[in-house]
Amino acid sequence: MEEKNLKLKLKIWRQKNSKSVGSFVDYDVQVSPDASFLEMLDELNNSLEANGEEPIHFESDCREGICGTCGLVINGHPHGPLQKIATCQLHMRNFKDGETLWVEPFRAKAFPVIKDLMVDRSGFDKILEAGGYVSVNTGGAPDANLIPIPKDIASEAFDAAACIGCGACVAACKNASAMLFTSAKVSQYALLPQGQQERYRRVQKMIAVMDELGFGSCTNTYACEAECPKGISVTNIARMNRDFASAKFKSKEEVEV
Amino acid sequence: MGWFFKFTNSSVGKKLVMAVTGSFLIIFLIVHLIGNITLFFGPDAFNGYVSALDVVKPLIRVVELVLLAAFVLHIYDGFVLWLENRRARPVNYKVNASSENSTFTSRWMFWLGSVIFIFLVLHLATFFWRFNFYDPSGLANNHLYFNIVVNFFQIWWYVALYIVAVIALGFHLHHGFQSVFQTFGWNHKKYFPLIKKIGTLYAIVMAVGFASMPIYFFFFYGGSQ
Ligand code: HEM
Repeated sequence: MEEKNLKLKLKIWRQKNSKSVGSFVDYDVQVSPDASFLEMLDELNNSLEANGEEPIHFESDCREGICGTCGLVINGHPHGPLQKIATCQLHMRNFKDGETLWVEPFRAKAFPVIKDLMVDRSGFDKILEAGGYVSVNTGGAPDANLIPIPKDIASEAFDAAACIGCGACVAACKNASAMLFTSAKVSQYALLPQGQQERYRRVQKMIAVMDELGFGSCTNTYACEAECPKGISVTNIARMNRDFASAKFKSKEEVEV
Repeated sequence: MGWFFKFTNSSVGKKLVMAVTGSFLIIFLIVHLIGNITLFFGPDAFNGYVSALDVVKPLIRVVELVLLAAFVLHIYDGFVLWLENRRARPVNYKVNASSENSTFTSRWMFWLGSVIFIFLVLHLATFFWRFNFYDPSGLANNHLYFNIVVNFFQIWWYVALYIVAVIALGFHLHHGFQSVFQTFGWNHKKYFPLIKKIGTLYAIVMAVGFASMPIYFFFFYGGSQ
């Protein structure tokens, strides 16, 4: 079952470090249609290294679409032109022989380029640190399902929790806004009884950190939902807007970060 | 009040200001269109309508102040958000595929708003100013408001700009109407598809409604001046 290799022209963003100015470099590759996008880059890197050239830096980890580490903008789409998959799940058979592919890093002020296609997404960690947790008592292990939660609510919370924190929402948004990510994290707790204690402080803290880091705001273009590899819904953003407004109007204390 | 200004200065707070002022403007436009429709019923109907507003002038002035505040806040925050959002992405993508993941109205809100703004200034300087304060032709003093409007609607570039502006307004509202609901947090999967449809209908009615007047008076009005 010998399949014909694809000939592709890659235009890949190369940038030495966060301070230098980057530019696109052309690479002609031949790749099996069965290879994944990252495997193609691996092969290209092998040949670059064999020639004593600096390999292209990009991130990946699990390579099965659940860790959120990989993320490239391919022809203007975070994680490539297919929907609901991460870059690692994108296979070359989805491209046509002779096609030109522009490969860029996620672009946002809050996601500075570290090198080539690798960006610093630690801003997301800072948003999580601000409120992405629940307080629990130590002591004996509680019985499972002690607190009844209706199935539809549990599912909705789970859908929000499916966010892998890859940053494609920021990359896709014309404002480089982190609203979809932040609202998914706010929602996965806000929907469940266990998340109620910190509910209104959490939303204020996480939004304050999000703003501080220089992410943009939400113009409701919904590009984030369209490009999200996990299909996180923008109804989470609506929920966060609602919780934020009620928190600000009702709370008696000023929540600072 | 410190908390309130901090709140309305946050990213989500500024969007709430856009949505509150935007919904006020949405309601205003309905009233404004209904009033203006009297133009089609002849000089007496329109002049009578404008003179009737004069009777309740103190109330109208209050509404105008609220309207002014709504416009100022909407335009100010719209501009600030646009600036901040540009700064949030200092280096742009080489390949932009946004047309495949979002509507053009949602991406062009600032520019559509800017067209509306240019029109707004001209609109106030012509109709509003002449009706309320000073009209060089003296028509307003004699309550001949209808003639002022009809005279402007004979100027081709005024009519052209008017039509361009209300088309921009229609697109602005096409995105803006449903955007208000999302910003307020009222995105429920049962109702949101309907809200989007109502928004489209509203936008079309506003664009067609406001455009119908200059079109009618420029092309079809024989004149009874
Ligand atoms: C009668 C006139 C206008 C009406 C009825 C109107 C209505 C609206 C509505 C309903 C929204 C959506 C708010 C939201 O997202 O929650 C909006 C957004 C917006 N408007 Fe207007 N608007 C008007 C005039 C203007 C003008 C003159 C500007 C001038 C710059 C402007 C700039 C904007 C911008 C930039 C946004 C998007 C903000 C964002 O989401 O980032 N609008 N408008």
